[in-house]
Amino acid sequence: MSVTDDSQAGTNSDELTPTTLTGAEVAAAGIDLAVNTPDPGTNYHLFVAGTDEGAQTLKPRSQTTARELMREVGSVLRMSEAEAANLGDLPEDPEEDQTMIINMGPQHPSTHGVLRLMLELQGETVLRCKPIIGYLHTGMEKTGEQLTYMQGGTNVTRMDYLSPLNNELVFAMATEKLLGIDGDIPERAIWIRMLLSELNRMSSHLLFMATNGMDLGAVSMMIYGWREREEVLRFFQEVTGLRMNHNYIRPGGLAADLPTGWRDGVLRILDLLPPRLDEYDTLMTGQPIWRERLQGVGVITPSEALALGATGPILRSTGVEWDLRRDQPYMHYDDLDFDVVVGSYGDAFDRYAIRLAEIRESMDLVRQIVERIPQGDYRIQNKKVTPPPRARIDESMEALIHHFKIFTEGFKVPEGEVYAALESPRGELGCYIASDGGPNPYRIHMRDSSFVNIQCLPHMMRGGLVADAVAIISSVDPVLGGVDR
Amino acid sequence: MSDNQTTAEASEAAEDATPMIHGCPVTDSLGQEVIHATVGQYLDVVKALDDEGYTMCVDLCGVDYLDFMGRSLPDGIAAERFEVVVNLLDLSNRRRTRIRVQVPAAAPVVASLFDLYPGTEAMERECFDMFGIEFAEHPDLTRILMPEDWDGHPLRKDYEVGRIPVQFKGANA
Repeated sequence: MSVTDDSQAGTNSDELTPTTLTGAEVAAAGIDLAVNTPDPGTNYHLFVAGTDEGAQTLKPRSQTTARELMREVGSVLRMSEAEAANLGDLPEDPEEDQTMIINMGPQHPSTHGVLRLMLELQGETVLRCKPIIGYLHTGMEKTGEQLTYMQGGTNVTRMDYLSPLNNELVFAMATEKLLGIDGDIPERAIWIRMLLSELNRMSSHLLFMATNGMDLGAVSMMIYGWREREEVLRFFQEVTGLRMNHNYIRPGGLAADLPTGWRDGVLRILDLLPPRLDEYDTLMTGQPIWRERLQGVGVITPSEALALGATGPILRSTGVEWDLRRDQPYMHYDDLDFDVVVGSYGDAFDRYAIRLAEIRESMDLVRQIVERIPQGDYRIQNKKVTPPPRARIDESMEALIHHFKIFTEGFKVPEGEVYAALESPRGELGCYIASDGGPNPYRIHMRDSSFVNIQCLPHMMRGGLVADAVAIISSVDPVLGGVDR
Repeated sequence: MSDNQTTAEASEAAEDATPMIHGCPVTDSLGQEVIHATVGQYLDVVKALDDEGYTMCVDLCGVDYLDFMGRSLPDGIAAERFEVVVNLLDLSNRRRTRIRVQVPAAAPVVASLFDLYPGTEAMERECFDMFGIEFAEHPDLTRILMPEDWDGHPLRKDYEVGRIPVQFKGANA
């Protein structure tokens, strides 16, 4: 089938008007136009020809088993079978099929990457939704098994590419725990890690502000959000050399110390942001159109969020006070003073407001951290994991050999398995490493919050308008690099 | 270092006493509680833990121990090729636990946690996709990351890492 035919078939599947089919397609499908009724249930495969993904796609009702249908509409709500059946999802008269299934993405500006959604619509109402992922899957967990612990940071940092420093941090935390050196990391390194982690939370949420604004039609907000994020990324570039994918936080400490003048860079961001965040409030928070678009949209209750494993702003928007920084403190978060921001309605507006408030909280944290960063080493003085300083390599053969061995073979990590978790901008970011005693992780698994969080989408969209679907995707803030890994 | 010694001692003492939770031996892995279960015990243990307050299933992943069958496991647990690792979280008591289920290669089928934790739906599909471990009673056990018509399960240890020959400009290869 040629490309033109494909695109025509795609258009037809959206419009569900079989009379516009080309003669060739009709002949190929063996359908007589005269007797063909506009029933998308029976000739569904004709319309999705060329885009069929087999069992992953959302099937029409006539081909969906009762159990599948119930899962899609009822099980996540913790409903009984009777209640789920009463949702009235099957039309009264099965012959009269009033729903249509449309495809959204993977190439769609508001799907935040290559997220693909199959939506079943009845008029403008979304009945079912199925996220289809995997378009960005590159087997990074398999790649992680081929890389040493020294190289692993370059791999994990590319997973959730909007919070690269958090990815590196959780990988470093897991590795250090396996090595048994998690208690010996120098204080300065820990505080710098916290500084960068909070700045990363700010940059990620600022990008959320931009994309959320763009998705809802506040287009100038898109420019503002990217502009502010760029200020943070510029600081990252000063510190790590790169705007993204830093590989700066490494097992044992950091790749380098903070550059001179870093304090001015941080203070500049802290001075610059508050008036701009106030501007966001004027532009969005208090604006009636903005509130109308978000309030009461994509509601999720605490029990549903917990059942679905949602974490981060989604869980907090329902009123559940759960933030790993406070509830299972890592590094020195228990020494700092900050609030866990929670919502009360579990809607898209709460999730927006929480993220905006978290930028302010993170700025407050950064202020406290800047005052408390001590002097000292930026990486552990453990010859096993730390390469010798550059100057030593010129004068000592042992140092040269040592440097060579660390960067070619890597260092061996004792047998064992460990799970480390931290609060990333999107929720719990976990790293599970099983070690067989070699220099590579035997198995590395990243528990990415976006991967779990997008399971909330079908649930939040159910019964809503198709126009709100975009607002809901945006409020979940998925990063497809993390979803697909 | 004293912390490490005390945890090591604690784990040794724990192994001597072989503490059990719901009929499954419990070990300490670097300060984290690990429950070792067989395929038969798995669902009952998770149900019991759910009743105890572990309200969230944070993570579920598979491990293929084909090249590392000699890993240390508590007495009475026979090492199998696959493991399903489940991380549970109790929000009210702020505690975590981990369940390692030994899954034999001959019949890699375990119960699905979907009815207890609907959020495991995608994780179990990922585990099926990557390792070929099947989850009985899972409502929609299809591939999630790989294309539908893909052969094999990429994260298995006997699945080759693909290589692309590097071509240099002007080389005769």
